[in-house]
Amino acid sequence: MTEITEVPSPFCGIGTDDLTISVDGLSLKVLSNGCAVNTPAFEQVITDFKPRVAGKQVALEHAVAKAVEILQDSSQPIIGGCATDVNGMRALLALADRCGAVVDQMNFNAARRNYLAMQDSGWMTTTLAEVKNRCDLLLVFGKDLESFVPRFFERYLWNQESMFLEDTANREVIYLGKAPSGTAQVSPNGKQAQVLTCADADLPDVVAVLRALVKGHKIDADSVGGIKVSDLQTVAERLQAAKYGVVTWAASALAFDQAELTVQSVCELIKDINDQGSRCSGLPLSGKEGDLTASQVAGWISGYPARINYAKGYPEYDPYLYDSRAMLENGEGDALLWVQAFNSKAIPPVTDVPTIVLGRSGMVFDKEPDVYIPLGTPGIDHAGHAYRADSVVAIRLKKLRDSGLPAAADVLSAIERAL
Amino acid sequence: MLIKLTGGTVYDPAGGIDGQKRDIYIQDGRIVDRPTADLKIDQEYDLTGKVVMSGAIDMHTHIGGGKGNIARILLPEDHRSDPVIRTDLTRSGSGHAIPSTYVTGYRYAEMGYTAAFEPAVLPVNARQAHMEMGDIPILDKGGYAMLGSDDYLLRMLTAKKDQKAVNDYVAWTLQASKCIGIKVVNAGGISAFKFNQRKLDLDEKNAYYDVTPRQILQTLATAVKELGVPHPLHVHGCNLGVPGNVDTTLDTIQGVGGLPMHLTHIQFHSYGTEGDFKFSSGAAQIAEAVNKHKNITIDVGQILFGQTVTASGDTMRQHANHKHGHPNKWVCMDIECDAGCGVVPFKYRDQNFVNALQWAIGLEIFLLVDDPWRVFLTTDHPNGAPFTTYPHLIRLLMDKSFRNDMLATIHPEAQKMTTLASIDREYTLNEIAIMTRAGAAKLIGLKDRGGLTAGNWGDITVYTENADRQKMFEKPDYVFKDGEMVVKDGQIVHVKWGTTHIVKPDYDAAVEKDLKSYFDRYLTMKMGNFKISDDEFTEDGRGSLTVHSLKEVV
Repeated sequence: MTEITEVPSPFCGIGTDDLTISVDGLSLKVLSNGCAVNTPAFEQVITDFKPRVAGKQVALEHAVAKAVEILQDSSQPIIGGCATDVNGMRALLALADRCGAVVDQMNFNAARRNYLAMQDSGWMTTTLAEVKNRCDLLLVFGKDLESFVPRFFERYLWNQESMFLEDTANREVIYLGKAPSGTAQVSPNGKQAQVLTCADADLPDVVAVLRALVKGHKIDADSVGGIKVSDLQTVAERLQAAKYGVVTWAASALAFDQAELTVQSVCELIKDINDQGSRCSGLPLSGKEGDLTASQVAGWISGYPARINYAKGYPEYDPYLYDSRAMLENGEGDALLWVQAFNSKAIPPVTDVPTIVLGRSGMVFDKEPDVYIPLGTPGIDHAGHAYRADSVVAIRLKKLRDSGLPAAADVLSAIERAL
Repeated sequence: MLIKLTGGTVYDPAGGIDGQKRDIYIQDGRIVDRPTADLKIDQEYDLTGKVVMSGAIDMHTHIGGGKGNIARILLPEDHRSDPVIRTDLTRSGSGHAIPSTYVTGYRYAEMGYTAAFEPAVLPVNARQAHMEMGDIPILDKGGYAMLGSDDYLLRMLTAKKDQKAVNDYVAWTLQASKCIGIKVVNAGGISAFKFNQRKLDLDEKNAYYDVTPRQILQTLATAVKELGVPHPLHVHGCNLGVPGNVDTTLDTIQGVGGLPMHLTHIQFHSYGTEGDFKFSSGAAQIAEAVNKHKNITIDVGQILFGQTVTASGDTMRQHANHKHGHPNKWVCMDIECDAGCGVVPFKYRDQNFVNALQWAIGLEIFLLVDDPWRVFLTTDHPNGAPFTTYPHLIRLLMDKSFRNDMLATIHPEAQKMTTLASIDREYTLNEIAIMTRAGAAKLIGLKDRGGLTAGNWGDITVYTENADRQKMFEKPDYVFKDGEMVVKDGQIVHVKWGTTHIVKPDYDAAVEKDLKSYFDRYLTMKMGNFKISDDEFTEDGRGSLTVHSLKEVV
C-alpha cells in the first residue's frame, strides 16, 4: 500500500489538489481532504476491464475495429460526452476532423448560457486565488454553492490567512435567488449570509432590477420576485462599496429559457460597477467532467468552444444547431461516439443509431451499445491535464494506480489511425 | 540524407554573407561544410536566381496562452470569415485575427517562419501556453514568463529582500514555467488595477505595496543580467496607448542605468500630445534615444489597417481602452495573484486620425532606428495586426514609393503630423534578414538557429526575387525545417514538430522553502503541482525541450 499526497482532482471543478489517497492494488481510499464530490469519484471500484461488442467481451483491437467500421459507414457521426482530459480532447478533435463529425460536450446547453453572453458582450472575471486573497463581498447568484462545490467556502473564503484582508471571517456573503443548504457559508465568527430568495423564473427580473439600481435608475415597484426593492438597493450599494466584490454563478443552475440574457445582465452589471470606479468581478463556476477542458482545447484547435461540426471539412460552430441530443432526435446523425472518462453514470442518450461508448469503467446501460470500451480515468489511471472552474489553471493530473485501462486518447487515436 | 542547395543568393548576416552566391549543404538536419567529393548528394535543388535566408524567427507574437484562447472564443464571427479546410496533410481550423493553433503553424511556415515566441506567459497559465504551442506544428517555440505584478515579487520588494533572493525567485520561475526569458507588463500595474488604481506612472507607488514600476524594472533587469539569461528583460512599458507616453518611455530607457532591456511594441509607447488633436508622433525622440543607448533593443508592434483583436496582460490599460473596442465586446480578467489579461477587439481605420498616425509612427520608428540588430519586425500579433500581414509590412519598409502611395491615402491630418514622406530609407534584404533572423536569434539567445553557416540547424527559406517585396515574402519557394522540406511553392508539403526553447538558470534550493509556504497559505494549488515537468512536453511523442546556455556572468 502506498500513500500519495497533493493529489489534484478533476471532479470538483475547483482544482482541489491537497488530497491524500492510499493506493492498495486497484483500491483507492481518500485519507484526507475528501468531500462529497471527490471521495466517491476517486474511490469508485473498477467493475469491468473488457471491451464489449454487441454485449460480448472482446479484445480491445476487435472493439476498435468495430468502432472504425461504424464510423466508416456513417455520413454524419456525432461525438457526444466529450468528458475527458486535454490529450483525450486532442485525439477526439483529430478523429472528428478526420471523419467529419459533430463534437458536442455534454454540458454545453449549460455552458452555452455563458458563451452566448461572453461572445455577445464580453465579461470581467476573476480566479480562485484572487477570491481567496481579495474578495470582501461574495454575491452567490442563483445557486446553492455548497452542494455544488462542497469545499468552496473552506478553501477560498474562510481560509485562515489572506494577503489583503485583516480577517477573512469579516467577509460578507449574499445569496440571491437560492438559499444555502448547509452551514458552510457561516463565517468562522458566526456571521450568517444575507439571503434573498426567489423562484428561478424570477431571476431575470431580479437581476434586471439590480442592474437598474446599480445604474442609479429609479424603480417604481416595491418588490420583484418576492424580494423587496429596498433590499436589492442595499445589495447594489454593498457591491459598489466593496473593495473587491465577486459575483459567482453556475450556468448549469440557470435552467430556464434565454438564461444567457440573465448571465449577460450579471456580466454587464459587473462592468457597470467597474466603470463607476469600483472593482467587481465575475466568477462563473463550471469545470466539471471536462466541460471547460473540452472547450479550451476545442478553442485552440478549432477556434470555437465545444459544439462544432466538421462535416464540411472545417469546423463550424453553432451553439444550437449542433446540439447532439436534438440532432439524434431529429435523425440528423447516423452514428454516436460517446466519450465520458470521468463519470460512469453519465451514459449516452438512448438512440437507434449505431453507438460506440468509450466510458469510465462501470457504466450500466439501458440499451447495450454496439461497442463499449471501458476507459481509465484521468487523474487515477493515467496522467493528464484538466481545467478548473476559472479556466486559467490547467491542473496536472497524476496517475495513481496501474489498472491497465486505456486512456481515451489512446483509444481515439487507435480509431483514427485505423480509419 | 545529404541535401545540396545550389547557387542561391544568400543573405546570412550571422555568417557575414550579404547577397553572395553560396552552396549550402544539409546533413541529418544540420547545415554542414562542403562534404568531401566522394559523398553522394541525395537531393539537389537549383537555387540560381533565388534568395536564400535562414528560417524567420518571430520574437514577439501571441500564439499561446489563456488570453489568446479567450480572444479565439470571443470572436466566432471572425473565424467564420476565414475557415481553413483540412487536406490529406493538414488539419482544419480557422484563421484571420487569431488563428487556431494548427493554422498558426501552417501560415507561419508558409511565410518562411520556423520559430515563434509567446511573450506573455503567466507562470500560473504556463501549462496552457505550452499545451497550445504544443499543438502548433512545424515551428519551434518558446515563451517569456511574466513577472512584475505577481504578489510574491511585490512582497519581496516591499520587504526589501536583496537582489540575490530576487534572482533565485526569477530563476525558479523560469524553470517552473519552462520559459526562455522574463517579461514585464505594465510593471506593477496589473496588480495596481486589482487595488482599483486606474493609472500608474513610472515613479508612482502601488496603492498597497511600497514599490514603483521603476524599481520593478531595475530589479528584474538586474536579475536577468546577473543570472546570465541571454534575452534581456522584455518590457511592455507603462501607460500603453496614452498620449504623452513618449516621456515615460524615454524615462524608462534612461532610467534603467545601462542594463540590457528590450522595449516591446514601442509604437504603442511613442505618443506625444502636440497638434490640434493632442496626439502626435514621438518616434523621432524614441529613435534618437534607442540609437544612443546601445543597451536597448526594441520591437515595433506596427499597426496595419483592418479588424483585429488586442490581447494583453495589461488589464489596467485594456480596461481603459475598452470604449474603443470594435465590436463592442471585451474581456478583462484578474488572475491568481499572478497577473491578468484583457482582450479587446479593435478595428484600425486609415480614415481615423489616431489609427492613421499610429500607423505612421510605427513606420517612422522602423526607419529612424539605425541599427537593424536592435529593432525587430513585429505587429505584436494580433494586437497591431495579424502576423499574416508581415509581407505587406516588409514591402512598406523596403519600398519607398509604395509607402508614400499608402501614406497619401490615410487621414489627411495624420499625413500632416508625420515626417514619413521625408524619410528616404529603404530596408535592404540584408537588413530584413537581420531583423527577422540573425538579430532575433541573437536577442533570444538561440544557439544554432538564425544562421546558415555549418553547425546551424537546417531552418532555411528560399524566395524568388521579386521587386514586389510583399509578393516575394508571401510565398517562399521552399522552406526547410531541421533539414526537411516543409513548404514548397508556399504550400505545406510535410508536417513535423519543432522543439521548445528554454533556459535553466540555477537557483538556491532554499528558495522553495518560502515559496512552498506562500503557495500553501495564499495560492490555490500546491507548489509541487505548479511546476511543469519535462514529461508534459514529451509524453505525446511530438514535443521536446532544447536548453540554451546562459551568458558568462562577469
